[in-house]
Amino acid sequence: MRFSMLPRAFVQMFKKPWTNKFPAKYTPSNTTKFLQKVNAGEIKINPPVETPPGFRGKIQYDKEKCIGCQLCLKVCPSGAIEFKPEEKKIKIYLARCTFCSQCNDICPVNCLSMSNEFLLADSDLYSKDLIVE
Amino acid sequence: MKKATTTKTTYQIPIGPIHPALKEPVFFEFELDGEKIVDVDVKLGHVHRGIEWASRKRNPVQILYLAERICGICSFCHPAAFTLAVENVAEIQVPERAEYLRVIQAELERICSHTLWAGVAAHEIGFDTVLYLTWQIREKALDLTEYLTGNRVTKAIIMIGGVRRDITPDMIPKINETLKYLKDNFEKLRHIFLDDKTVKMRSQSCGILTKDDALKLCAVGPTTRASGVKKDVRVDTSYFAYGDLDITYTTPDILTGEVNGDVYDRIIVRLLEIKQSIDLIEQCLDKMPSGPIVAEPKIAKLLAQLKKTNGEGVGRHEAPRGEVIHYVKLDGVNDAPFTWKVRAPTYNNILPWIPMLKGQQIADIPIVAASTDPCMSCTNRVAIIKDGNRFEMNKEQLHKLSVEKTRRLKL
Repeated sequence: MRFSMLPRAFVQMFKKPWTNKFPAKYTPSNTTKFLQKVNAGEIKINPPVETPPGFRGKIQYDKEKCIGCQLCLKVCPSGAIEFKPEEKKIKIYLARCTFCSQCNDICPVNCLSMSNEFLLADSDLYSKDLIVE
Repeated sequence: MKKATTTKTTYQIPIGPIHPALKEPVFFEFELDGEKIVDVDVKLGHVHRGIEWASRKRNPVQILYLAERICGICSFCHPAAFTLAVENVAEIQVPERAEYLRVIQAELERICSHTLWAGVAAHEIGFDTVLYLTWQIREKALDLTEYLTGNRVTKAIIMIGGVRRDITPDMIPKINETLKYLKDNFEKLRHIFLDDKTVKMRSQSCGILTKDDALKLCAVGPTTRASGVKKDVRVDTSYFAYGDLDITYTTPDILTGEVNGDVYDRIIVRLLEIKQSIDLIEQCLDKMPSGPIVAEPKIAKLLAQLKKTNGEGVGRHEAPRGEVIHYVKLDGVNDAPFTWKVRAPTYNNILPWIPMLKGQQIADIPIVAASTDPCMSCTNRVAIIKDGNRFEMNKEQLHKLSVEKTRRLKL
């Protein structure tokens, strides 16, 4: 066939688009205002596509379980983990985290785990949301 | 006194170091006669990121994730080649199940990479409907990657001595479903690429690389196989579990019965390799034995073992673009390796651009350059210097030229 793409292109005209309109159907004119409204509960955001089980998102840290062995510091490829010597606990800077979950694997007491939270964009690298301790 | 005049019939176009068809900074200087390319010169070395230097401060487990960031598309190939090199030094025996799981990941990555390339190639000749179709197919393959590894692009799946995540029986239905989708759509994709007149007219007898040139310039991967050279690390060295699987060299004569070494042949080779990869994943799922997935589950113990290891090793892996080689030397004193050297496949596929581009038109530059699937970053300026005047040609104009050439074919 000379134009083998034509039939498929026609069929596509009557199908729903694949794109998930996240976070809003149309780009808001002011993103900051849009997010403020979302926080105030005035508008709802279009939910993102669900993450599969085993997704590597924001790290969760169980401070009680941690024994301060510093093994996670040894394998972190980006040096995102800081040791607090006075209380023998760790502090994770998510702005540097590469989400490889290597620290989860090496932890002898399993105090670290990955959640499915991935919306972590922030203008401040040291904001409260981006530091896990 | 008569003024001495020199008439020059050719003029020069420098392309790069930053340019659309090249996805990473590289500098070309074209000698043109009208629309025809007379001579090409290539200069490299514009994106030195110091990755090998960054490895000075890291131990082998940390380098796995550093290697992953050499290339966004080959995010399995580089750590895989590094792992092979380290396993070579430390003489680590990998469990059999892990070898099969590694093949599955490697082939899944090949499917993603080749479908991505097919879309980019279609875009370069102005066939954007196909771009969206191929990327829709790629999306399914990426979803499967995310399901198996936990992330779409940076997979973080390979570990020295094995893999990090197993494929459990409850994952099999989703894999089979995706493979079926890929197989169904592969047929459609093949029909669109190989039977469409527009694609044929733009790609046949365009950017020819002869078998002699391919051998002389050490081209690797699909680029060299499209010229009829039987070179594939998977078959030649049978690392991972490739030795147990039914695999052979993919050359265009399997489908058409002849080897031309043009862009069309490179499309054929890549499409056939997508099919081969789907087939290999199915074979792996059938043959995969049960057992452990990693040789040394305690990473602290593994690191202590590697710290004591002294020696050098080489890892070779067939990435979607060709052979990737990693060389590692461990000194037995420090955590970090003494040396780590990476040779990515695109490095070999740069020089074959010269015979490919000679005799072609300016509008063919994007498709010919893209046909080797250069692993490079993209931007947008071309300056034309003609009779002392300087013109600038940006990405959109160059792309428009390419689209116009397709329209001029007047089907």
